[in-house]
Amino acid sequence: MDYLNALVALANFVIVPGLAYGAQLAIGALGVTMIYGVLRFSNFAHGDTMAFGTAITILFTWLFQSWGISLGPLPTALLALPFGIAGCALLVLGTDRVVYKFYRAQKAKPVILVIVSLGVMFVMNGIVRFVIGVRDINFADGERFIISARDFKEMTGLDEGLAIKTTQMITVVVAIIVMALLFYFLNKTRTGKSMRAFSDNEDLALLSGINPERVVLVTWLIVAALATTAGVLYGLDKSFKAFTYFQLLLPIFASAIVGGIGNPVGAIAGGFTIAFAEVTITYAWKKVLTYVMPESLEPDGLVQLLSTDYKFAVSFAILIIVLLFKPTGLFKGQSI
Amino acid sequence: MSEPFLIGDTMTGGYGKGPDILHGCTIAVEKGEIAVIVGPNGAGKSTAMKAVFGMLNVHSGSVRLDGEDITALSPQDRVIKGMGFVPQVRNIFASMTVEENLEMGAFIREDDIKQTMEQVYDLFPILRDKRNQAAGELSGGQRQQVAVGRALMTQPKVLMLDEPTAGVSPIVMDELFDRIIEVARTGIPILMVEQNARQALEIADKAYVLVQGANAHTGTGKELLANPEVRASFLGG
Repeated sequence: MDYLNALVALANFVIVPGLAYGAQLAIGALGVTMIYGVLRFSNFAHGDTMAFGTAITILFTWLFQSWGISLGPLPTALLALPFGIAGCALLVLGTDRVVYKFYRAQKAKPVILVIVSLGVMFVMNGIVRFVIGVRDINFADGERFIISARDFKEMTGLDEGLAIKTTQMITVVVAIIVMALLFYFLNKTRTGKSMRAFSDNEDLALLSGINPERVVLVTWLIVAALATTAGVLYGLDKSFKAFTYFQLLLPIFASAIVGGIGNPVGAIAGGFTIAFAEVTITYAWKKVLTYVMPESLEPDGLVQLLSTDYKFAVSFAILIIVLLFKPTGLFKGQSI
Repeated sequence: MSEPFLIGDTMTGGYGKGPDILHGCTIAVEKGEIAVIVGPNGAGKSTAMKAVFGMLNVHSGSVRLDGEDITALSPQDRVIKGMGFVPQVRNIFASMTVEENLEMGAFIREDDIKQTMEQVYDLFPILRDKRNQAAGELSGGQRQQVAVGRALMTQPKVLMLDEPTAGVSPIVMDELFDRIIEVARTGIPILMVEQNARQALEIADKAYVLVQGANAHTGTGKELLANPEVRASFLGG
């Protein structure tokens, strides 16, 4: 039995990727939860909003690369991110002006807005494909690893290697910064508090003189920033493909709902819950188990509960279980 | 007789395009006084108050605040004009702390709100202790205090309360009435809808009994308490 090697293998294949994926889902879920909290509908176009923001970021990354601008060991995309956010903000504000504003004025029911967002999703889907195509795009540049498996093995003398990709580290660091900023904004600033008040009790917020159009505007700006950031981090870590981003909708919604939709803390907790559930259930445990089990009990098979092709089944199953037994989610969210 | 500070004068109207609920109803409050609206269920008490606050269509009659016609203003604009309104239900931000509730109450103000907040805490000392607690976690009576406190944060020239004692225990109700009298003593005229007719009439300077959206009796609280017809119809003799 060799616990140290088991731990390193676990960190390499489960903990590190799970943390990075969880952070990406958490930022995505924060966007969904903000829209649900303030605008009161589930935004099905969120995945494609992420894709659009990322596409713009990629275009700027290419532009900067062609100019020879880079961030050294860090990916150039970080430099392009603010431009991606700006582009995404224009898109969602335009959509709000052209589409959602009309339904808001009519005081449309949330279920109508959900279907409206489905339509918006298809349109954005098309826009993204027009802008950047349907291919798989890898836009990460700079240093690939902070520490590679081979270096780790040489350093420690262990059999197992622990690789930490630059993008994984960036994901976690950026996620922490984004969450800190968001919570500071929501809890300490006047505008942030007015958004929480509007989300809590719309009628009373109006009576208190809070301007709903301003709240909506700020919400979309934050959502654009969150969606683009989540999309870029995911794309750097894996790769960008329009269809993959559309599929991300399911784990992101699962994260938001598991945590308690409308509750930002819940979105973060939900993101990590879903990510670790997905990674642990689709991971082949043979290697780790071989290290920790007595030789006679060593598994023959892969000990993989579910093939990675079925990873969406994990989010889906968790989503259904939560909706059946705890519809308000782990943290006190709104019931849907 | 001079014009009352706030008056909803012969208001007729209803919600949206629905039928009229109020029929020539008049409600007024003078400076430094407490006016209460009482009446049987479905008499249009809350509706009358909402009409004064601009939450329904008043197609004849007018609402005047300090001599100025505000009939056409939205509720939000009336808040800016100096009206404070505490709705009957959902009158606090449940997920926010007591202090944040008060801050949101003062959202339209640009000046320093610290002093007003201290005044509210002096009026409702329990809120000072619970300032960092979520308002939704407080008891019914405390929540009503938060609601009234929130409305006071704009430093309103008149305060309107829609059934402030609904759903609280009799002991808490007495305390709330005491607090409301205290608020009135600070010089803010209060217009209030109440279910507990007897107690409300006891503290009222002016009282309106509404029946089916129209004024049935008007007088001082004491007069109405002594009025045999009012006693017979809903004070239980």
